[in-house]
Amino acid sequence: MAEIVSLAEAIAATVHDGDTVAMEGFTHLIPHAAGHEVIRQRRRGLTLIRMTPDVIYDQLIGAGCAGKLVFSWAGNPGVGSLHRFRDAVENGWPVPLEIEEHSHAGMANRYVAGASGLPFAILRGYRGTSLATQTSGVAEIVCPFTGERLTAVSALRPDVTVIHAQQADRHGNVQFWGITGVQKEAVLAAARSVVTVEEVVGEFTPRPGAVVLPAWTVGFVAVVPGGAHPSYAQGYSSRDNDFYVAWDAISRDRAHFAAWLDQHVYRLTATGEPR
Amino acid sequence: MSYTSDEMMTVTAARVLTDGMTCFVGIGLPSEAANLARATHAPGLVLIYESGTIGAKPTALPLSIGDGILAETADCVVGVPEIFNYWLQPGRIDVGFLGAAQLDRFGNINTTVIGADYADPAVRLPGAGGAPEIAAACREVIVIIRQSLRTFVERVDFVTSVGFGTGPGTRDELGLTGAGPRRVITDLGVLEPDPGTLELTLTGVFPGVSVAAAQDRTGWDLKVSADLAQIAAPTQAELTALRRLRATMPAGPEPAARVPAQPGAPAQPGAGSVPAALPPSEGAA
Repeated sequence: MAEIVSLAEAIAATVHDGDTVAMEGFTHLIPHAAGHEVIRQRRRGLTLIRMTPDVIYDQLIGAGCAGKLVFSWAGNPGVGSLHRFRDAVENGWPVPLEIEEHSHAGMANRYVAGASGLPFAILRGYRGTSLATQTSGVAEIVCPFTGERLTAVSALRPDVTVIHAQQADRHGNVQFWGITGVQKEAVLAAARSVVTVEEVVGEFTPRPGAVVLPAWTVGFVAVVPGGAHPSYAQGYSSRDNDFYVAWDAISRDRAHFAAWLDQHVYRLTATGEPR
Repeated sequence: MSYTSDEMMTVTAARVLTDGMTCFVGIGLPSEAANLARATHAPGLVLIYESGTIGAKPTALPLSIGDGILAETADCVVGVPEIFNYWLQPGRIDVGFLGAAQLDRFGNINTTVIGADYADPAVRLPGAGGAPEIAAACREVIVIIRQSLRTFVERVDFVTSVGFGTGPGTRDELGLTGAGPRRVITDLGVLEPDPGTLELTLTGVFPGVSVAAAQDRTGWDLKVSADLAQIAAPTQAELTALRRLRATMPAGPEPAARVPAQPGAPAQPGAGSVPAALPPSEGAA
């Protein structure tokens, strides 16, 4: 049953050194504030999973939290490279980063398998690509009914999944809408979960296409208004495109990045006050 | 009316899209082309973004594949597993746009690494996003890429997405259900696969572009169609509509790496993202 706690408490209770952690949100509802709290608590040796490790994982990688990244597209959307990610892959800074790389369809299906309690998922994919030869967790499988050769991808089972949602109610039920991505599957695939929310409401208003996660599927809820920034929460905020553009220059240089991290993460508390 | 090579590429891509088509769109030039077609000759074009927005009707050009305006104007919004499994994989989508950091003579695409050693790449690119399955399952694929000796290579360093593999028969052997890259639009003209060999062949050139110029910027012995077309410059109506659309784009990234001039300047996810260059994917994000 979900407990409603502070962000610092939720992260301390769920994310430990060496854990496998998924933070999901497809452009929309990316749990940036929770990512900052993981950096602030100086977690190390994490295996980070995310379909699109954009700015949020660039920050975690540059801060030295990650030993491995499992992903399908690593870039700053519409802007260019992730410089901290590239520095880690190309130069081992600040620590070497092992990578396990898939396609979006493969990653989405791996979460589905995890949420379904299955060891793998099946799709038409990877065949003929170099990815199939470079990545673990991909194997050919023959359909027992038709003989067709298909691809199996191994399930993802994160120790912890962290997401951001628009609303919880006071029981800890969670509702999010708009672009809902793969968050439902990521939470259901994980052993533990943290959901940051814009607000706690008395009762949910039904919305087309909304996903509801019942309180008993969620570990911890923390109220963090604006917790997706520079991503956004539909109905609450807009995507801060300027920040994504600015990130290119901030992240390009190690010293510039370190200064940014110090000012915007280490010197603040989880609720944004100076410390 | 003068125009840029980006505008020529966008207009050329838009002309290919017909009313009622379903189109898997990435950010940057593909999104501009699809929205230009919708604003002009193809009002019923169905735009599908890998963020799960089906039938999006943005009134302003989005900056990411997950902009709120896409969800707000869509016929429906589905989750990411569903967009790939229920919509893309069964072959429901007519055309998919892909970018590339490298492209070879059989239309195979690299958006992963530059350099022969995957473990120690010269340049790390964003990766696959949605591109491999778009390349496999869309009824046809349009590749948009700037042409140079760095991008048009004899062999790609890494096959992120399969075009025609090693030639006739590859797609059938692999069980790839779509028809593959039927058109490559560059800043010089258009290439299409030879009906027999499936080798990408120059079938059209933009105004003022010579065949020799196209061959000089190709890393293999580029064949030229006997029916080489001279592609018409953008009309005033096309340019006006395109510029009106672009004026709707909020201040922000000049769609960045729209089509990267060279590898190492990746742009967007996804669809994949359009991976390295015009990813369709954020990739989202």
